[in-house]
Amino acid sequence: MKNEEMLRTENLTFEYIRRDEEGNVEGITKAVDQVNLDVKRGEFIAILGHNGSGKSTLAKHFNALLYPTEGAVWVDGMNTQEDSHLWDIRQNAGMIFQNPDNQIIGQVVEEDVGFGPENMGVPTQEIWQRVEESLKAVGMYEYRKASPNHLSGGQKQRVSIAGVIAMHPKCIIMDEPTAMLDPNGRKEVIRAARALNEVEGITIILITHYMEEVIYADRIFVMDQGHVEMQGTPREIFSQVERLKELRLDVPQVTLLAYELKKRGLPVPDGILTRKELVDVLTRIYAQQT
Amino acid sequence: MAIILDHVSYIYDADTAMAHAALEDVSLTIPDGQFIGLIGHTGSGKSTLVQHLNGLMKPTSGNIFFNGKDIHDEDYDRKALRAKVGLVFQYPEHQLFEADVFSDVCFGPKNLGLSKKETELRAYEALKQVGLEDAYFYQSPFDLSGGQKRRVAIAGVLAMKPEVLILDEPTAGLDPRGRDEILGLISRLHSDTGMTVVLVSHSMEDVANYVDRIIVMNKGHVAFDDVPRNVFRHYRELEQIGLAAPQVTYVMQELKAAGLDVSVDATTVEEARDEILKAFHM
Repeated sequence: MKNEEMLRTENLTFEYIRRDEEGNVEGITKAVDQVNLDVKRGEFIAILGHNGSGKSTLAKHFNALLYPTEGAVWVDGMNTQEDSHLWDIRQNAGMIFQNPDNQIIGQVVEEDVGFGPENMGVPTQEIWQRVEESLKAVGMYEYRKASPNHLSGGQKQRVSIAGVIAMHPKCIIMDEPTAMLDPNGRKEVIRAARALNEVEGITIILITHYMEEVIYADRIFVMDQGHVEMQGTPREIFSQVERLKELRLDVPQVTLLAYELKKRGLPVPDGILTRKELVDVLTRIYAQQT
Repeated sequence: MAIILDHVSYIYDADTAMAHAALEDVSLTIPDGQFIGLIGHTGSGKSTLVQHLNGLMKPTSGNIFFNGKDIHDEDYDRKALRAKVGLVFQYPEHQLFEADVFSDVCFGPKNLGLSKKETELRAYEALKQVGLEDAYFYQSPFDLSGGQKRRVAIAGVLAMKPEVLILDEPTAGLDPRGRDEILGLISRLHSDTGMTVVLVSHSMEDVANYVDRIIVMNKGHVAFDDVPRNVFRHYRELEQIGLAAPQVTYVMQELKAAGLDVSVDATTVEEARDEILKAFHM
């Protein structure tokens, strides 16, 4: 299934016109500049980049919230510029935003999750079925009767995700879904995203500033000044510590520790991603030494 | 002089069926010049705690002393207190509102009733302290980048010349470089001016690199209060209350368990690196 195309951009460029207070044109900014990328069905993709690198603007093209100035975007084979595809695209590519409080409208959790399928005209019996499945998929079923106001940030964000899943999308785009959450909330949301990807086979595109969240991604794209500056597996990307720092980014703390040890002469491989990898390597070297 | 909290409790919706304690019998001393990390998950009481430090909230029971005086005494000047204990809220850039950067920073000192000259001098100094270039002074704050806006918001509090600076999640939403820049700025402010700094954060990694002392809140209580390395020794308990020690702490623990001769006290990448190299006799 992983060879089927989910999403593709071709020379995608997006410009916006800057205006001063009187509305006079000050100039044109290219927020996205000649981006070519493709995402296969079932992939877990991460997009990294500093504030203002163009990653959110890019993501908004993936479900037709923005249209390219030049180039094109295909979602599940549909060109986003064709109006007749708009609703199919929005249903197939769901979006999760940063602030959970801006995305919940229902007074009761299950009502909120049912809002999407209801708008799609799904029969009532099936709506309830979908609500139940979706809430179970993100581990929020026991809160179905709760008021969203009484949930934590991570729980609210999982309800938002359930609301998207209830529309049976093939792809979910998450734009910094954990930026406003505490460590527990972040873990819950990332765990839910990985489970949807692995169990349900939903394509995930995750945008984040937290490097530890992307080590399990299939591929990473790194954005800078509207371009895709780097792409590869997490190991390939995180092997380039200095390059990432130039791009205002970082590597996970264990990766940095491994890199520092290597610089001082310990034979540690590049691109260590997890605690276990580092501890295994070091204990092996230690055993050889003694 | 110092801030002293003496058996402070705060109960939300007291006298109703919804009553619940956000702070329960908290006693703390915050001496002058300390750099403190205040940590806890959402709902642990840390925001309630910081709002008590400058008198925005009044304890249900217990007392708070600033420089030896009870801040809830009838004749206490709480307006002056709020200038001395500056609070930078989460996403402070949402509170920028003036037409240009300079006027925005002037707003605080102007409200203290200072002369125009003194106000502008303070605004200028504060913007210099946060490292904003002159070229930005007369731009709209809304045209700045996220990191720059946050600097302007911090300058607005610094212009009040606070003795204590409290920052609630100052790095939320910033990219890694922006995060390091803001934390570096705060650390420099602390060492240059000697002011007391309380940094509220979710990230043990961020805090471990900078602070002298960590206070961990859980369910309205102080769960731990010590230097970073002693707090991180309790990494198992930290996990149980929804937090975690820095990744390097776990690495050191696991290396030790695997038989390497390392101390488990490292809390930063540099300390861990040096400790591991020592074990390898390098």
